[in-house]
Amino acid sequence: MTRREGDARPARPPWMLVLPGLVGLAFLVLPLLGLLWRAPWSTLGTRLAEPQVLEALRLSLVTATAATALCMFFGVPLAWLLARVRFRGVRVVRALVTVPLVLPPVVGGVALLLALGRRGIVGRWLDDAFGVTLPFTTAGVVLAETFVAMPFLVISVEGALRAADLRYEEAAATLGASRWTVFRRVTLPLVAPGVAAGAVLCWARALGEFGATITFAGNFPGRTQTMPLAVYLALENDPQAAIVLSLVLLAVSVVVLAALRGRWTGTP
Amino acid sequence: MKRILSAAAAALTLLSATAACGDTGDDKGKGGDKGSRTLTVFAAASLTETFTALGKDFEKSHPGVKVRFSFGGSSTLAQQITQGAPADVFAAASPATMKTVSEAGDAAGSPQVFVRNRLVIAVPKDDPAKVHGLSDLARKGVKVVLCADEVPCGAAARTALAAAHVDVKPVSKEQDVKAVLTKVRLGEADAGLVYRTDAGAAAGQVTGIDFPEAAKAINDYPITELAHAPQAGLAKEFVSLVLSPAGRATLTKAGFEAP
Repeated sequence: MTRREGDARPARPPWMLVLPGLVGLAFLVLPLLGLLWRAPWSTLGTRLAEPQVLEALRLSLVTATAATALCMFFGVPLAWLLARVRFRGVRVVRALVTVPLVLPPVVGGVALLLALGRRGIVGRWLDDAFGVTLPFTTAGVVLAETFVAMPFLVISVEGALRAADLRYEEAAATLGASRWTVFRRVTLPLVAPGVAAGAVLCWARALGEFGATITFAGNFPGRTQTMPLAVYLALENDPQAAIVLSLVLLAVSVVVLAALRGRWTGTP
Repeated sequence: MKRILSAAAAALTLLSATAACGDTGDDKGKGGDKGSRTLTVFAAASLTETFTALGKDFEKSHPGVKVRFSFGGSSTLAQQITQGAPADVFAAASPATMKTVSEAGDAAGSPQVFVRNRLVIAVPKDDPAKVHGLSDLARKGVKVVLCADEVPCGAAARTALAAAHVDVKPVSKEQDVKAVLTKVRLGEADAGLVYRTDAGAAAGQVTGIDFPEAAKAINDYPITELAHAPQAGLAKEFVSLVLSPAGRATLTKAGFEAP
């Protein structure tokens, strides 16, 4: 890496940036400190070992990972279409892809019910033809998480594709490679950091998903009760348990994000 | 420069808008301006329809007063009140949730039971699983949703099912009674246990089926003014309205029972 010019300027940053920056940082960190401060440290061990906690944690990790895999399988091709293929209405499609980002997740859950529920447009047919119903199942949780998390991956990968140097792809094409080969052997390795970053964001969003999950998949321990749902319901009658669960979720996210950031995305 | 200016302008508008919201809220809360006072009522989700109607009545008889409701799971609301949420009145769906508030010293005076509610089986209008009674809920393949054990309707459902010796394996334990109703309404669940009033409120889309064991799990609904009520006077008057014959008439018409 070459040092950028900016690094050479005088060390003191302007207070007009430092002050609001620090306030912003405090605002983000303070609630987390509150969580740590109120945590029942003495009983933490026994509470963590409760089967319901482990069950919710396991379910959260499994579903978030499955959702990320689905997002990558469908999201990377979608991002490629948006970035590389010119077609009418590309702007509309891009806007549609980002809708789940701004949609309240509960609304997303209702929409999923109306589409994939037992009486939904597609769900009715799934039920009749295959006897498959998605609400109240672990698969339903994965779908709800995929729905809210996929835009993160698509946007991130599309950005990487747009930033990638087209000349490599053109060179491969002139050497006779088919478009599929170019994608597989040139494009994908080029944008790998973008895909990885998108996958991490996607996973983190899926792990924290609450609204769409509880609306579409319901809440049942071991089957559809992920950590955020467990936190919400524990808050009803046992705030201490909710704090413990939140701590676990926080710790898992921090550890995974830190690990992946170093290893996959190559940022220091 | 132009871009910076417009961005700054946008930020300022946003700030002033939020600040303005905060201001008016505060003014109303403190009752500084007689012309626009706001009464804040925290009430159990099952009271949504009836209390909204009572709130309209209250606004009519108290010109310049706005009644704002926060409907939700009783235990969530109780939690919010003990954490200092600025509410004037609390109406809970169970004495247990009310107790968390009064034990924290947040209730003014002692809570009064104003109505009672009982559970019914709610099934979609076309009743796909042919549910006629509580024992049908234990049948294999019948998708049943209940309230989570943590909220009053869940506790009542557990008591009723235990009294009837029916072992139900629900597909989901929803966060409040309205969520159960929604799942039945959409036809995702074959049956759910909800309050009679909720089944009544959705009469077009669900059928409520009475069952005898519901009598063993009747919920008392207590109401109280709150100790830190920003509008203590209005709070008292609202509670009187709920306890008055007119208030009771509105509530019983919706399916609640007099205590």
